Parts: sequence; structure tokens; C-alpha cells
Amino acid sequence: MNQNNEVKLLHEHYLKELKREKRLVRFSQLLIFILFFACWETASKNQWIDPLLFSSPSSIWNLFISKSLDGSLAANLSITLSETVLGFIIGTLLGTCLAALLWWSPILSKVLDPYLVILNAMPKVALGPILIVALGPNMASIVAMGTLVSVIITTIVVYTSFKEVDPNFIKVLQTFGATRRQCFKEAILPASFPTIISTLKVNVGLSWVGVIVGEFLVSAKGLGYMIIYGFQVFDFTLVLLSLLVIAVFATLMYQLVELLEKKLVKNGSR
Amino acid sequence: MDFLTLKGIQHTYFTVSSATTALKDISLEVKEGEFVSFLGPSGCGKTTLLSIIAGLIQPTNGKVLLENKPVNRAENDIGYMLQQDYLFPWKTIEENILLGLKINRSLDDHKREQTLSLLRQMGLQNVEADYPKQLSGGMRQRVALVRTLATEPKLLMLDEPFSALDFQTKLKLEDLVSNTLKRFNKTAILVTHDIGEAIAMSDRIILFSASPGTIHKSFPVPSELKKRPPFAARNHPLFNDLFNLIWKELESLEPE
Repeated sequence: MNQNNEVKLLHEHYLKELKREKRLVRFSQLLIFILFFACWETASKNQWIDPLLFSSPSSIWNLFISKSLDGSLAANLSITLSETVLGFIIGTLLGTCLAALLWWSPILSKVLDPYLVILNAMPKVALGPILIVALGPNMASIVAMGTLVSVIITTIVVYTSFKEVDPNFIKVLQTFGATRRQCFKEAILPASFPTIISTLKVNVGLSWVGVIVGEFLVSAKGLGYMIIYGFQVFDFTLVLLSLLVIAVFATLMYQLVELLEKKLVKNGSR
Repeated sequence: MDFLTLKGIQHTYFTVSSATTALKDISLEVKEGEFVSFLGPSGCGKTTLLSIIAGLIQPTNGKVLLENKPVNRAENDIGYMLQQDYLFPWKTIEENILLGLKINRSLDDHKREQTLSLLRQMGLQNVEADYPKQLSGGMRQRVALVRTLATEPKLLMLDEPFSALDFQTKLKLEDLVSNTLKRFNKTAILVTHDIGEAIAMSDRIILFSASPGTIHKSFPVPSELKKRPPFAARNHPLFNDLFNLIWKELESLEPE
């Protein structure tokens, strides 16, 4: 009885410690956030930094309010967001399909190996001008850009995970007389599912890069356009506002994919 | 007519730097309902031979006949049990044991019920909805046995199926597997390097010598041991005699 009580007490103590640590971390994070913006505001107000170049949190906030009220921020944001989502979904799906094709034909994968390495090493955004001329200065070429930056790396990562599936799972299926197609469906694809989901996380970031650069080049709509426009008219408050909005939404998208990962990968596997 | 016939099997593996003959001149007959063990040092090509019998590898030379016909994988002539259970971790136990039937599209309500009842006969109650990682090693290997038996193979091949288990679990499973196979009158081939396991479970023991793998000698197991379940056979006086005989033979095979 006595011992039980002691264990309980120790456990309570442990939980308290855990809570204390968590509070400390949260408090420090908040402190950094507030200090950063406070310093920025003060430095800008007192002309320690050039307010024309670095703007200030208060003027960004005012611009945010006015851009929100006239609806232009929401319009640009929704365009960029849908381009990014499309880009990374197409990139992931296409990359997975290409990986499946390479798995299906070992000869093809051997033949294509050096080309994949070259394509992966090449900066895909450099293809931007060609894409815009080929597909026209519209949403299609921007989505293509968002897709292009993520598709090759997805292919390589997913194909590697296909190859690393334990061959004994295939052996089990083969003794049941499974075809190559059935082996893929029953073993290769489900075993690689966690990898595919985690490339999704990487692709969120990559697609933002592709889409923003695409919008730089097309210069018609979206957050990338807001940045390039702000740069051209020397309105750095607009540039910084766009940057902050991108940061918030890229984080949100990443969290969403992480949530999806938890839901999909929790069952049984690993 | 014999149930399974191997005629002059030879198999050579090729790599860039070498050609290794893994098996040479393997000829063998197995009767229906017989339990045969392949015993031998590691590297004597036992697992290669199983893969050849199962039709997973084409031998360089020689023929495998099951009931006078070549082995047909699509008809599930053969069930294969591996060293580890290789249950699919993302499938439930029920999905795992029905996998073979699903693959060859013969899954129906009757077969499903039959397979689930076999699972219960193996002493696994209420695990259908569980995932493999929730089960212990011995339970998982029993599930793997159910998965192998579900497609009603004519010939069962066991590739060191107990080697990854602790000794107690292994002894219990030996009895269970032996009883189950006797009950269904299944023909089985067991690959092992455990002499005791080979004697306790089989009707005949075939000793292999290594590099290249050939049949060295064949030992019939006395009927007093054959009719006893594995655990009881281990305690019979004849068990030790045969054990010593095979031990000496294996010693003589070891390179100096």
C-alpha cells in the first residue's frame, strides 16, 4: 500500500516535470516571436534599419487589412494555393506511376538511370521560359512548373523504396502463383506507402518553389506576382506581406499532410 | 507411381566472376503422405532445391514431376513456408490467411469459413481482426501455416520454419504441424539443420553434402518413432541411436 502510494507520487512528480518543460518551450517560442516583431517595429520606427527596404510589422498589418478588404489578397492567394496543391498532387502521382513503370521493367530502369540522375541534378526552374512559351502564360504552365520540380525526385525516392521491399514477400506471393501485377498490388505498393506519404511532405515545399517562380515569370496573378510587382514598384511592404502569407500557408499545408500521414499509416504497418 | 519425382537435377548459379554449381545429380522419389527431411550443412543447396521443386527457379538440368506432371504454380500444387512468417504487416490476420485464395481467385464463403475454422483449430481465437505485430512469434508462425494450408496444396514445403522461434515454442509447434499434416494426409518436405527436429518429425531423412550439393545418404526413421508425435519421439530410446548415427555421418562430411 505504502509502496503504491510512493509510485503514484513519483508518477505525479514526473507528469508535473513534463508539463513544466512543455510550458517552458511554448513560452520561449512565443517570446522569440514577440521579440522578433517588436525589435523589427522599433528598429524601423527609429530608422535604425531602412523602413523603405525592411518595412515594419505595423505597415505590413495595415496593408494586410486593406488588401483583405478589397479582396485582392484572397484572390491571389486562392490562385497560388490551387496551383500549388495541383502541382504537388500531380507531381506525386506522376512520380509514383513512373516509379511503377521502372519497377515493372528492370531493363527500362537500367536504360533510364543516367537520364534520371541528370534530370534530378538539373535546376528545373531553368526550364520555366520554355514552359511558358510552350503552354502559354497561364495557369497550366505554372502548374507544370510546380509538378516538374517534384516529379523526378519522387520517382527516384519511390522507386528506391519499391526495390527495397523484402523479396520474401514476393516469394510468398509467387508460391501462390501471383502475377507481377498482383505482386505489385499486394506487396510492393502497400509496403512503400509510408515512403510515398513522406515524399508528399517534401513535395509540398518543392511545389511552392516551382509555383512561385512560375508566377514570377508569368507575372499575371498570385502571390508570386505580388512579390515581383512589389519589387518592381519598390513596395517592399507588399513583398514582405506576400512572404509572410506564403510562410503561413506552406506551414498549414505541411501540417495537413502530416495529419494525413498519421491517419493513413497508423494501421498495422510499421 | 511416385507422388513426387526429381530426375537428375543440376543447378548452377552464374555471376560475373564465377559459375557455382549449387546442386548436382539430385534424383529422388517421395510417396504421397510421406514426410521427408533435408538435412545438411549450410550452403548445400537445400533452399535452392526447394525453390526448384516449387517451380520458383528453373533448374539448369533435370526435371521435377508432381503426379507425373510438371509443377504448375497457378494451380497451387505447392505450399511454401519460410523461415520467418512473412505475414504482411499492413493486412489483418484474416486478410493474411485468405491471401492465397484471393490471389488465385478461388475465394468464396465456403473456403473463407473453412480457413477461419482452421485458424481456430490452431488455437487462435478472436485474432482475425488483429494485425500481425500484435501476435507473438509462435502465433504468427501458426497463422503462416494456416495461410499455406488454405489453398489446399498437394505438397507442403517447410524451409526451416521453426528456426526463428524459442525452443519451447518450437517443440509445441512441431507437434501441432506434425498432427495437422498427418490429419490432412499431406506430403511434406522439411529443410532443417537441426538433427533432432528431422528425426522427431519425419518418415525419412535425406542427408546432403555441400559444394556441390548432392545426396549423401538416406536414413529411414524407424516406425516406433514415426507413429509417435515429435515430442514423444524425442524421448524414445531409438531417437538417441539415430541421432548419434546421423551426427557421426555429418561429422565425416565436415571439411578437416
